Amino acid sequence: MLASLLAATEAVSPPFPHLLTSLIVVPAVGALLVALISKSRPDACRQVGFLASALTAALSIFVMIEFQTGEGDFQFVETATWIKEFGIGWKLGVDGISLFLVVLTGVLFPLAILAVIPEHDPKPYYAWLLVLQSSSMGVFLALDLFVFFVFFEIVLVPMYFLIGKWGHGNRTYAALKFFIYTMFGSAVMLVGIISLVALTQRATGGDVTFDLRVLADAQVLSTNTARAVFCAFALAFSIKVPIFPLHTWLPDAHTEAPTAGSVILAGVMLKLGTYGFLRFGLYLFPEASRWAAPLFLVLGVIGITYGALVATMQKDLKRLVAYSSVAHLGFIVLGTFAMNRQGITGGILQMVNHGLSTGALFLLVGRIYERRHTRLIAELNGLQKSAPLMAAAFTVVMLSSVGLPGLNGFVGEFLILNGTFIAHRWYAVVAATGVILAALYLLWAYQRTFHGTPKNEENERFADLNFREGAMLLVFIAGIVFMGIFPKPVIDRIEPSVDRLIAQIEDKTDTFTAPEATPALAAGDGEADAHAEDAPAGEDEGGTEGEGGTGNGATEEDATEEDATEEDIVVGEAAAEAEQLAVTEPAARAGAAQLTEALEAAEASAAEEHK
Amino acid sequence: MSLIAQATTTELTTPSVDWWGVMPLLLLTAPAMVLLHASSLLSRVFKGFYTLATVLIASVAGAFAIGLWWRVTDVERGPFSTMGGAFGVDGFSVFVTVLMCASVILAALLADGYLRREGLEGAELYVLLLLSASGGVIMASANELIVMFLGLEILSLAVYILATAHVRRFASQEAGMKYFVLGAFSSAFFLYGIALVYGATGTTSLIGIRTFLATNTLLDNALLLAGFALLLVGFGFKVAAVPFHAWTPDVYQGSPSPVVAYMASGVKAAGFAGLLRVFYLAFSTERTDWQPIVYALAVATLIAGAVLAVVQTDVKRMMAYSSISHAGFILVGVQAASQKGTEASLFYLAAYTFMVAGSFGVITAVSRAGDARTSLEDFKGLASSKPLLAAAFTVMLLAQTGVPLTSGFFAKFGVITAAVDARSYWLALVAMLSAVIGAFVYLRIIVAMYMSDGDEGHAAHAEAGDAVVLDAGAGFGVLTVPVTLWVALAVAVAVTVLVGFLPGLVTSLAHDAVPSLIPPR
Repeated sequence: MLASLLAATEAVSPPFPHLLTSLIVVPAVGALLVALISKSRPDACRQVGFLASALTAALSIFVMIEFQTGEGDFQFVETATWIKEFGIGWKLGVDGISLFLVVLTGVLFPLAILAVIPEHDPKPYYAWLLVLQSSSMGVFLALDLFVFFVFFEIVLVPMYFLIGKWGHGNRTYAALKFFIYTMFGSAVMLVGIISLVALTQRATGGDVTFDLRVLADAQVLSTNTARAVFCAFALAFSIKVPIFPLHTWLPDAHTEAPTAGSVILAGVMLKLGTYGFLRFGLYLFPEASRWAAPLFLVLGVIGITYGALVATMQKDLKRLVAYSSVAHLGFIVLGTFAMNRQGITGGILQMVNHGLSTGALFLLVGRIYERRHTRLIAELNGLQKSAPLMAAAFTVVMLSSVGLPGLNGFVGEFLILNGTFIAHRWYAVVAATGVILAALYLLWAYQRTFHGTPKNEENERFADLNFREGAMLLVFIAGIVFMGIFPKPVIDRIEPSVDRLIAQIEDKTDTFTAPEATPALAAGDGEADAHAEDAPAGEDEGGTEGEGGTGNGATEEDATEEDATEEDIVVGEAAAEAEQLAVTEPAARAGAAQLTEALEAAEASAAEEHK
Repeated sequence: MSLIAQATTTELTTPSVDWWGVMPLLLLTAPAMVLLHASSLLSRVFKGFYTLATVLIASVAGAFAIGLWWRVTDVERGPFSTMGGAFGVDGFSVFVTVLMCASVILAALLADGYLRREGLEGAELYVLLLLSASGGVIMASANELIVMFLGLEILSLAVYILATAHVRRFASQEAGMKYFVLGAFSSAFFLYGIALVYGATGTTSLIGIRTFLATNTLLDNALLLAGFALLLVGFGFKVAAVPFHAWTPDVYQGSPSPVVAYMASGVKAAGFAGLLRVFYLAFSTERTDWQPIVYALAVATLIAGAVLAVVQTDVKRMMAYSSISHAGFILVGVQAASQKGTEASLFYLAAYTFMVAGSFGVITAVSRAGDARTSLEDFKGLASSKPLLAAAFTVMLLAQTGVPLTSGFFAKFGVITAAVDARSYWLALVAMLSAVIGAFVYLRIIVAMYMSDGDEGHAAHAEAGDAVVLDAGAGFGVLTVPVTLWVALAVAVAVTVLVGFLPGLVTSLAHDAVPSLIPPR
């Protein structure tokens, strides 16, 4: 503890200057290079495209290695002035919340580039993919609201072209719908951002600034104003996630997008919304997000069950996977708005998991489409006979998506359900059915597609995975298995930042303590014991001042009078809550047992399918 | 006042003229007249002579304006007015002057190849462009309502003729006629507005009006309000604000494309310059009276422009409605009635000048001989046969959509910030939502260029009959892009992208472009 605190007092500086900027610049430069290559040399475009994205991947992994575990604040922070008049700065940083999304963005792109060869016009294809990688990185790294918005909006353009130009079927419709839908949200958010900045400036009388950390610390908006501004942000993120009634662009976009586009859409772009909720929703508007939490919990649960049910009825394999995303993202929303460590950590973990498993699923469906030129489940049967390797890969990926223990999906979903159960029991109970439904639609689809004997010649002649495809999938599967068996290193890096976020919510809202698990219940994830005592007490959320967290709320140096009284309340409440939890513990155990049962059922049915 | 009084009682004294202050204006008009006469005397000139001359004239005038810029932004010397206070030279007017010059240069570059293609070569269009711009400069500098009206008329009359510049195209004649009749009507409104304001305040000098309104409280301000309304009609017509926009689609569609580029940039800039000068400066004390009207105009303009653009099938008409929508955005800045709002409006005008010039540059090229092929169909598959042209248009369209890292984004960002600062949150929301609707329009054009195969379209035509096969043969093959057009496009794209990355280049200028009413010394 002491060691980590000592380490925390020194600002974590990047190993070389502009490390994070290079994550954005390298793919952008790659895109420029691709644009300069002659159209008649598709191979060169491909090579440059791959190299640029692979270099970005290497850099992102370097960031992960250099990332200081146990440190909740932003690391490798870079600041530079961009537009002085508006108080806009080029501010980048990475913390536990964004770290693995950055790595995911880094790694998924080279894989997607390697896995899929576009049918036509390779040059603009690779250029747009690299622009997409650059701008997605920007979204995850930005610590300035303006910079964030710029990238959030830029992302639309390459994706629009990727869907519209290289997509299938009704591609222009899907692309247009995607663009307009998302832009609608971000248009409202822009007004929200500007209002937040203007109102904060008016209240504090300081300089205009779009700095996330400064705005998060200020918290000067009146309750109702903050709620209104939060709604503007939430609308944009809800569309981007997408949350239940706003999800209709997703099935179209995912289904019509080219394979690489679907992989990136599922792997990276769906995370922009959930990430936005964590970074800009909860962090900037703690009170308002607490106020809105019930709504999002309900919508999350609806998303889980609705997505799963609709997925079950799909005739198109790719559309099925698309709807499964709606369900999975429902889980992430649920975890986020459970607003405790388990829920949020699980949510972040699930973002990465979903990127891996759904990305791999889209890759596999893309392979099937490439060979059979159909995605209709009815047209496919008995593929296992002719393509055993693909069937095996599909099985692992599918089971990870179902949430089989030992694979990554389980860890995330378990943490989310655990967190939700502590905070809002019945939501977790309903959400747990989503796990069963996931088993239903995925296993059923698998059964219809791969089992039995091929009923027509084309399915009989179905080619198995070649070496390149197999190697690609092996990377995904390695990630899936690693995260399933040994998630600790990942969780260790995520949790301090989650604690910092929760501390922010607790400090900035009057009478809130995050629903905390009893040590007995949380023992499962190993770390909770150590943190259980100091989590509700004064953790310093001061983003700019640095990290003075002492774990000893009473002697907090910069505690103002208000803080002190607030802390008293918090401490008092924590005590009260401890009692309460003691009472609810048996119930919690029962719930956990129920959950395990559900998971076991899924496992059992999976095992059955194998026979 | 005192000067006029003096003039009636004692011997006639003419107000002093600061010749340097009016130099940009003189440099636009005098060489233009010389050019006109020279064209009738010179029997043969080399190809592109008039374009070159126009670009040079406008550049020199612009350069002089930039020289003035140093003078008016200098802390010790500052802005000033001349000709008895009727002509103000301040950061604002100089900024607009430079903008008008840029707009003329871009339009002239577009016109060069256009006139040759249509067999209309001659000096008239260029001379009219320069004269019209001089009217715009007068509007931006006028400290006197009568002078403002003179500027408005100089600007407008030239543009009416410009609209008819394609003498062999019926649509062009019709556009000019329509524009003239409606324009004359709106000028009459404007003049009547001046009369009413004079009736209410006893002066037509903006300085006098401001002093009067600041020192007197009107017991009955009906006359003044009616004057506001009529002046707004006049300006609203020039900037194509709803409900005074009805002429825009027809005129834009019928007029020669290079002229439309000037109409959408130069004329609009001049109109807004006049609007800001009169309302933001002279009527600043009465802002609670006119702000709601501008608010309503902005809402109507934003929504009607965006929504009506959606149902168009002709790219020029789409651009016409989109220019209406853009006018709505600038009105959002005007509505703020603040320094920030004025800055944002100027930034928007500057950014839009280049966006619209680039857009109409592409349209000029694609419309091909006859200047009539501007339907959405005619853009299908442009990306595969003319990728650079399509790419340039895409940048322009994305900028108009307001995609970040283009000047269009910062333009929108600026006016929205100004609106939020003025606590017009709902107006800001409406503006952004109309931008989303607008995005649909621009994306439709991009879809046509990139995602619909021109070949397929032509194949479908070919099946229909032989007549269309001929048409297919006259596809993008006959589309030639002259060098001057490339230059204009390159400038437009470069400015749009550069300002998109470094908006500080223009925001700092807009920040210094403060309109002011300085009484004569």
